[in-house]
Order: sequence, then structure tokens, then C-alpha cells
Amino acid sequence: MILSTGDLQAVILTLELALVVTAVLFVAGTPIAWWLARTKSRWKGPIGAVVALPLVLPPSVLGFYLLLAMGPNGPVGRLTNALGIDPLPFTFEGLVLASVFYSLPFMVQPLQNAFEAIGDRPLEAAATLRASPLNAFFTVALPLALPGFLTAGVLTFAHTVGEFGVVLMIGGNIPGITRVASVQIYDHVEALEYGEAHSLAAVMLIFSFLVLLTVYAWRPGAKKA
Amino acid sequence: MTKDQIQARFLLNWPGFSLDIDLTLPGRGVSALFGQSGSGKTTLLRCMAGLERAGQGFLSFKDEIWQNGKTWLPPHRRPIGYVFQEASLFPHLSVLNNLQYGRKRIPEARQTDLDPIIDLFGIGHLLDRKPDRLSGGERQRVGIARALAVNPRLLLMDEPLSALDSARKQEILPYLEKLRDRLDIPIVYVSHSPDEVARLADYLVAMNNGKVVTHGPLKETLARIDLPIRLGEEAGVVLDAVVAERDPQWHLAKLDFPGGSLWTRDKGIALGRRVRVRVLARDISLACDNREHSSIQNVLPGEVEAIADDEHPGLALVSVKVGPSVLVARLTKRAAHRLEITPGQAVWLQIKSVALME
Repeated sequence: MILSTGDLQAVILTLELALVVTAVLFVAGTPIAWWLARTKSRWKGPIGAVVALPLVLPPSVLGFYLLLAMGPNGPVGRLTNALGIDPLPFTFEGLVLASVFYSLPFMVQPLQNAFEAIGDRPLEAAATLRASPLNAFFTVALPLALPGFLTAGVLTFAHTVGEFGVVLMIGGNIPGITRVASVQIYDHVEALEYGEAHSLAAVMLIFSFLVLLTVYAWRPGAKKA
Repeated sequence: MTKDQIQARFLLNWPGFSLDIDLTLPGRGVSALFGQSGSGKTTLLRCMAGLERAGQGFLSFKDEIWQNGKTWLPPHRRPIGYVFQEASLFPHLSVLNNLQYGRKRIPEARQTDLDPIIDLFGIGHLLDRKPDRLSGGERQRVGIARALAVNPRLLLMDEPLSALDSARKQEILPYLEKLRDRLDIPIVYVSHSPDEVARLADYLVAMNNGKVVTHGPLKETLARIDLPIRLGEEAGVVLDAVVAERDPQWHLAKLDFPGGSLWTRDKGIALGRRVRVRVLARDISLACDNREHSSIQNVLPGEVEAIADDEHPGLALVSVKVGPSVLVARLTKRAAHRLEITPGQAVWLQIKSVALME
């Protein structure tokens, strides 16, 4: 099975996007998950629901709103304009931002579950042993939630690889910039290039299966997201 | 503010539970917070540790103020050691790293050698193990050692034995007794077990429904029958005694306490050792004359001090002075009536059994 240059470019771009999005979400999603797992605030419900929205929303709806927000008259668009940055739609950066929102629940929910499973007690024990809350987070919560981080990372990565609707709305279809593998397959099918579509689809299928196998089978008894 | 005291005032209202405490504890020895579950003793301990924050409260430890109005020291800044009901060891760290966790977070000047603590709790052979490879008793020993490794100025213990079966309890109790004797810092010990309290405590705080029912030095408080501490079958007094004689022929030891002496099974404790003796009210009968022919070996003369109702309407508690010491006997009200027991009356105490606690 040999991929064409265009296909390969799309695959590499896809992996690049998924890596960057996963990295961004590790940093952005961890505090959100920690807050959701530990807060007694009445905002826990609403915030949790907002984080979960991408799970149920059609990607085109999310993409539509993000497009408006990033457009010249949207809040994000005005911000980028004021900062002298090019508008985000149809750029790789725009795609990253959109994907971060789209994949947010896949990072936050496994982490939140992992943090909740730890409970208060180890952190209380750490506090009585002179660890500040931040110190206790890094030395107790983080190591104990490590399997949750693995699950969250893999799921976020895989989910970003698989996105299609949001990419089309935000990124369009620019080779090397926003044309990811899922869009490339769509193009092949539209052009009736079934052979090429087959190759790329098979690569995606095998990749996705291996990723999920890592999560579900590699660690027996692990918590499933 | 007295320099050598712990002062605690907490007002806390939760749905279905409130804590309303104004208490001064001695700055040395073991203070037991005693009460049934739901009495608020653990909540009080957690407030002292800073794990719970009472909206209104004041807490001073010796010359330091830990809570006062808006001032509130978070738990990691308090010089405490805390032992949880379940050992709550960090599962991802070895025993040694659990011990080191708190120790390396205190100022170097206050760090002490770990070896004496490891020896005291007999955990030297466990240092490389992860907590999931320890027995329940071993875990709790490590938990207590970990709390001591931060060289605390106050040790807070929340029913450290309650998660253990009775064999494990007997395994840990001697360590706690050693701890009490060797440690010169105050210990606040939460328990619902009269036996543990009798063995370990110097000061008793009885709690019920989020309030302190009574508090005072253990021996005096247990000997007072006018206080509403409900111990039921466990009512009784604790005496300080010295092993005065050992009778090898009958395997008995004579324990002298202020006002008299008691014979008990010889447990091999050396002559001259100071011991605690617990005498339960249900094990004492009263008689108006000294019957010579009885299987009861411990018969002491005393003078009735007071009579009070016990929990059951058919029972009464009688406190009897034996020299400077006071013992408490429980008898039926009918027996008290027939013996015409009145304060000041001379009686004989027949003591069926005593529990010697090293």
C-alpha cells in the first residue's frame, strides 16, 4: 500500500495537528478537570455541560460558531486584528483552536474521572505532611491520576485525528495547511478515486484501532473513558 | 492565654449537624475526644488540623494562634502530625518514601533521624515495600510513623485502631503506649472505645451531638458519677499503681495504689513498675461485712461517697473512697436499698477482676 505525496502530506498534517492539540489540551484541560473534580461550586453543573457540548453538537454547528467568532467581526477576529495577526480561519492555527474546543471533553472527562477517583484523603494526608495544595497536586494527584492522563491523551489525539466537520468549516481544504486525512479521503471519493480513498481509509482504520487497543487492552482493569 | 494549653472554640453549622465547642486542653499528655459516632469528635479534630474550616472559630496552640477571625493557618503550615482512621499511605510511594514525604518538607533544623521512629514501630523490614503489600496493622504502624517523621509539635490521631480487627488492635496498642510514654508532645486522640481511652488517655473530653458533655483529667472524671458520661458496661475507674510484689507460687502480682492494693494475674511485669489498673463498676460488689469465705481475693474497706442513677432505671452507681482513691461500683437499686447504702457509710468492696494495663 503506497500513499501518494498528497496523501502523505495530509497524514503528516493530521498527526501534527493532533499532537499540538493534545499538548495544548494537557495544559488547558488539566486545570478544568481538576476544578470540576474538586469544586463544590454551583457552577460545576453548567461548566461541566459546556465542556461536554462537543460530544453531542454536530461539528458543523460548533464550526459555524467558531467561524463567526474568528471572523473579522467576531470577538476572536477583532482580537487577532488588534494584535496584528492574520485572521485565523483557513490557517493551521485556526484549526488548532477549533480542534481544542472540539476535543475538549475527550481530555477533560477522563481526567476528571481520574481525579475524582483519588478522593480527598490522599490530598488531606499530603496537607498534614506539609505539602501545599500545588505541591500536593504534582506529587500526589498527578502520579495517582497517571493512567487517566494516558487515557485522556490517547483519546484526545485519536479524536482530533478523526475530525472532519469542524475542519471543513474552519480550515477549508488547503493542501499542506488545513487538508487533513479525513478531508483528503472525502476529496478522493468526490473525485471517484476509490483506490486512493481505500488506501488512506485503511491507514486511518488501522491507526484508530491500534490507538483504541492501547487504551482498552494494554492496561487491564483500567478505567474506560 | 496560658502558654501550655490548647484552646479551641469552634462554631460550625452543616445540614443535620452542628459543632459548638469551647474547650481548653492541656499542652501535654494524651487528651481523648470520646463519644459515639456522629458526636463531632472527628470534626473537632479536623478543625484543629485545619482540614475543616469552621466559619467562626479560635484555635491557639501554646503561644501560637492558628485560627482567629479571618486568620486561618492552612493545614500544611500547622506543626502537626495527623493519623487517619485508615492509614491513608500514598499508594505510589514505598514505605520509606511515605516516611520521607513529610520529613523532607520541614525545615532542616527540625528534621530528626528516622531510625528511632522506624525502630519504635518495627517497620525496618518493610521500607522497600509498596503500601498494597502491607497488612492492615503494618499500614497503620507506617501511618503513625509517617506522622511522627515530621517532628510535629502536636499529634492528632483519628481513631487509628478502629479500622483494625481486635488482634491487630492488640498489635498496635503497645506501640501507642510506648509512644505516649516517650513522646513529650501533646496528643489528641479520637476514640469511641472506653478501653482505648482507659489505657491511653490522661485527659478526657466526652462529646455528644457536637457538644462537649464534660471534660477533665481522666481518673477524676471517670470516678465522678454525677457526670452524664454514658459508658454502660464499660463504666469504671482507672488507678495508677506500682507492682509491689510478685507471688511465683500462685502467679499473682500485687499492685499498690494510693489507699490499698489489689492482686491480679502476674503478667511478668517487673517489680517497681508503674502501671495503670482499670476496675470496672460491674466487677465491684459492695458488702456491709467482710465475708472471709469467698472466691473473691480482692476485698477492700471503703467509705461510700455518693450514689447516682445509672442508665438503666434498675441500676445505681456508687462511688466509694478507698483512702485517697475513688472506685465506682454498680449495683441494682434494690440491692442498694436493702444494704441501706448512704453517703459516709463504711462498706467492703469485693472486686471480681481488674485489668492491668502496662
